Amino acid sequence: MKAFSYERAGSPAEAAAIVARTPGARFIAGGTNLLDLMKLQIETPGHLVDINGLGFENIEDTSDGGLRIGALVRNTDLAAHPRVRKDYGLLSRALLAGASGQLRNKATTGGNLLQRTRCPYFYDPNQPCNKRRPGSGCGAIGGFSRNHAIVGASDACIATHPSDMAVAMRALDATIETVRSDGSKRDISIADFYRLPGNTPEIETVLEPGELITAVTLSRPMGGQQFYHKIRDRASYAFALISVGVIIQPDGSGRVALGGVAHKPWRIETAEAQLPRGAKATASALLADATPTLENAFKLPLVERTLDAILMQAKG
Amino acid sequence: MGLIHSMEDANWMRVSRRTVLASGTASVAISAVSAGARTRSYPSQGNAPVINTVSMTVNGRRHTLELDTRTTLLDALREHLQLTGTKKGCDHGQCGACTVIVDGRRINSCLSLAVMHQGDEIMTIEGMGTPENLHPMQKAFIEHDGYQCGYCTPGQICSAVSVIDEIRAGIPSHVTSDLEDAPSFSVDELRERMSGNICRCGAYSNIIEAMTDVIGRQA
Repeated sequence: MKAFSYERAGSPAEAAAIVARTPGARFIAGGTNLLDLMKLQIETPGHLVDINGLGFENIEDTSDGGLRIGALVRNTDLAAHPRVRKDYGLLSRALLAGASGQLRNKATTGGNLLQRTRCPYFYDPNQPCNKRRPGSGCGAIGGFSRNHAIVGASDACIATHPSDMAVAMRALDATIETVRSDGSKRDISIADFYRLPGNTPEIETVLEPGELITAVTLSRPMGGQQFYHKIRDRASYAFALISVGVIIQPDGSGRVALGGVAHKPWRIETAEAQLPRGAKATASALLADATPTLENAFKLPLVERTLDAILMQAKG
Repeated sequence: MGLIHSMEDANWMRVSRRTVLASGTASVAISAVSAGARTRSYPSQGNAPVINTVSMTVNGRRHTLELDTRTTLLDALREHLQLTGTKKGCDHGQCGACTVIVDGRRINSCLSLAVMHQGDEIMTIEGMGTPENLHPMQKAFIEHDGYQCGYCTPGQICSAVSVIDEIRAGIPSHVTSDLEDAPSFSVDELRERMSGNICRCGAYSNIIEAMTDVIGRQA
């Protein structure tokens, strides 16, 4: 690990300003992803700003019946919160499908959104990777690509986003609250938060330098039956090959978001009009522009069949 | 590239130890830092190590340590407090051998910076029980052969004790069938919740028996 200096931030605006003006500075909250990457020198911050003292640990009801989740709420606490279990079951299920008990006790809501990909070429400093070292190429294209993206990828990067929680947040249309380095605040819809890789896979979100996530808000519960099915190589404690988050209403309408298929949680609102027609029609619309490799083409039927299983379960 | 980096790191480690032992510039920095509740040590120049002070309670004893900011909680416990019961397996949060209980919750001590544990209460396997007065979970692991080589055992025991607390606190898991019901102490629940602790000897079934035994006695 490279040496770094460390400080505890006094306020959100101060934290944002320090990270914006200090070259190589990063926020640290739970640290479960950042420290892993620092040990491998994939991340080499010269300065860490610890945001744990900033008080974003609360989950509170919003005036319109929704929920405001502080950025520092731990994954365990979010999954176990009575209102999340009752009204946003998809979110609880997605969180519980991710990581291990130890990691969920430490990992935060904001940090989970900002997880880096688990692409093995990103994780191996001896391999080319446009995300880790822009311009160096992509080892996954033409390499071992079983776990990689089937849709929304580019010639520069076929990595997937690893978060389960973010898939649920995308289906629930979460809003991300931030504070910028000048102290101003803004709300970002999760639909606009993540970027596709394009030619700049190293830029993963629309966050500005120093911009700090302070909370995630959910609008009032939309009811329906909620599901999160994660398909992985082990029964527990593994990243998704694919995952499917669904909210289905009694009239057959609903929402679908996919994990493990793209550089971001994958949702196409227009595809959801196909839900009453079934899994095949919906999956075809969601993945119409898919460009799978020989090794990950299995994800296409896997998405369809997983969605089919969910829709059958919803019918009871 | 990797090799050069690790050589640099090795050199800095030596410099770091000398710096701490000689307590020259480092102690000046520390006294400035420890004056206030907030810690600030300004950006590391040319990758020179940065030393910070942290105080934590480990197994009921208060310790104040001067540590390179890079020191993980795991390394602080093992290398600085000589509490070598907590094991380093993968050092990347994948195996669970380093599991300790911080402020009542189990975490991977390898994925946490020691300097971020100011004021925290930490329990390691050494604080769980003693050879003369074993914790019920330690006793059950022995009775049920919950280990073979024993390397993962301290982490398994810290997790096992926490899992029972988590179920009792009503925290759901991936296999909890109804999110609004209280989770049960079923074998499925225990197995899912212990998935962050790997045992290469394969003592899993005996670990579950040990946990089930403890749960039965506490019921």
